[in-house]
Amino acid sequence: MANDVQIKTKRKISKDQWTAIAFLIPSIILILVFVYGFIGWTGYVSLSNYNSLIPDFSFAGLKNYLYLFQDFRFQADLRNTLFFTILFIGAVIVIGMGLAILIDQKLKGESIFRNIFLFPMALSFVVTGVVWQWLLNPSTGFNQFLSVFGIQPKWYTDTNILAGFEWGSIEFGLPVAIISVVIAAVWQMTGFSLAMYLAGLRGIPDELREAARMDGATEFQVYWKVVLPMLAPITMSVIIIMAHISLKIFDLIYAMTGSGANFVTDVPGVYMFETTFRGNYYANGAAIAIIMLLLVAVFIVPYLWSSRKGDQ
Amino acid sequence: MASFPVGKFIKYVILILFAVLFIMPIYVIIVTSIKPLDEVSLENMWALPSTIDFSSYSQAFTKLAPNVLNSIYLVVPATILSALLGAMNGYVLSKWRFRGANTLFLFILFGMFIPYQSILIPLIQFLRTIDMYNTIPGLILVHVVYGLPITTLMFRNFYANIPDEMIEAAKIDGANFLGIFRHLIVPLSITGFVVVAIWQFTNIWNEFLFAVTITTSDNQPIMVALQNLSGSQIVQWNVQMAGAMIAALPTMLVYVFLGKYFVRGLLAGSVKG
Repeated sequence: MANDVQIKTKRKISKDQWTAIAFLIPSIILILVFVYGFIGWTGYVSLSNYNSLIPDFSFAGLKNYLYLFQDFRFQADLRNTLFFTILFIGAVIVIGMGLAILIDQKLKGESIFRNIFLFPMALSFVVTGVVWQWLLNPSTGFNQFLSVFGIQPKWYTDTNILAGFEWGSIEFGLPVAIISVVIAAVWQMTGFSLAMYLAGLRGIPDELREAARMDGATEFQVYWKVVLPMLAPITMSVIIIMAHISLKIFDLIYAMTGSGANFVTDVPGVYMFETTFRGNYYANGAAIAIIMLLLVAVFIVPYLWSSRKGDQ
Repeated sequence: MASFPVGKFIKYVILILFAVLFIMPIYVIIVTSIKPLDEVSLENMWALPSTIDFSSYSQAFTKLAPNVLNSIYLVVPATILSALLGAMNGYVLSKWRFRGANTLFLFILFGMFIPYQSILIPLIQFLRTIDMYNTIPGLILVHVVYGLPITTLMFRNFYANIPDEMIEAAKIDGANFLGIFRHLIVPLSITGFVVVAIWQFTNIWNEFLFAVTITTSDNQPIMVALQNLSGSQIVQWNVQMAGAMIAALPTMLVYVFLGKYFVRGLLAGSVKG
């Protein structure tokens, strides 16, 4: 029925469809060049001898990568990134979820609490770094309270490595100084997981919790057995988003502590910036950047791929 | 009295404790920034000032004003352009789907997660070649391009909620691709534009890596200037804190007055939205 209308719209669609694609083309070209083309170019630089102001694109093979993996500073960076990522994601999830569950209890003033916890998300990592540099300075800030209890942590100036053992050219273990940076980062980013979990909790129908209570579940069991499993996809998203932020973190650490003594708070982002733009070691910098990209891709590519399947 | 709600009480105690912890840094910034110089010392950093003194603000402002201006010149065009391009892309990818549209979308989206270090060296070479290195227009270009994935994502998710039947009806009425966008989609997506604009405004204002590598001294946006200010040992703490306050103020105001939209942007960034 209405055959002629269909034919008419069909012809129209195909013409408009081309217009639609034409409008998309500039963006596709930009992404193609600025994202994929430039990544390829960086990869090419990372395989070259371009380690001074004078461009030298002669092929160096994996020389720069081999150098990095034997380099004390880069080994320290990988160690720091590992511990930073684990502590940061763990804290953001636990605190974010905990606060979200509390806020979701229909208490008075829930919007005030929500606004306070989300507030740091609107700030720049640089502002956060400048402020926390002061708050966690060993001779000021929180230590003025803590001295009452007789403790004076050295925060980001601490060069101790907890449970350290020799590995490669570094001492492998938890660098105590990294905890300070984690605190600042958690302060800033917990709002994200809080917002995600709140949205998730609002999506769980009350009847479900009611039903569990009717079956005699305690309040704790309701959350542990019913709500938490339903929040699993959100936890997955939070882990991936936070992991990619943590793997490429630069500005917070650059503004707050810098590399630190013995590189205890150094990360690949800071190393890449300094070696490339302060030291003119372009090929080394490019190699660090490619390693960072690969680390991020390990998390992001499966995530994007799975979201495509969910789409169809 | 008999049924004092212990559970509720504990919940409040925990929430208030965390709220205090979260506000503490803001308290320190504000209190320090309004202190007269002689009261700025390590011993009484937590104490309230005896008199309110805004001289640190005038000092910080003289230092930072040119950079604040740079940031405004950067943020306004970059936000508008990336929102418009994102709206167009989102419209095409949600309402004019073609074979491979989803894969293409992911191909665009990947650009939002990459560490920008991995494109920085060629980017700077490219900007030098086209004579836009160390210019605000150069930074605008960079933020528009690398903002494409997130703005496309946000608008695509937003337009997914507009029923396809409305588009079909408009087509039958004879409206074409651009007509539908202008007369149907844009009026329906004012909220979308607000969310995206706030998100881009906040991100570009707060951005540091591109700013510090693409611009030098006179052309630097506010965040780089703030970092320089706090990096120099001779600048007093109250001035540094006033500087941090000035740098944070625009995004803080946006959050206070338009927080609802900011949070929507935040959630849209998680891909599945």
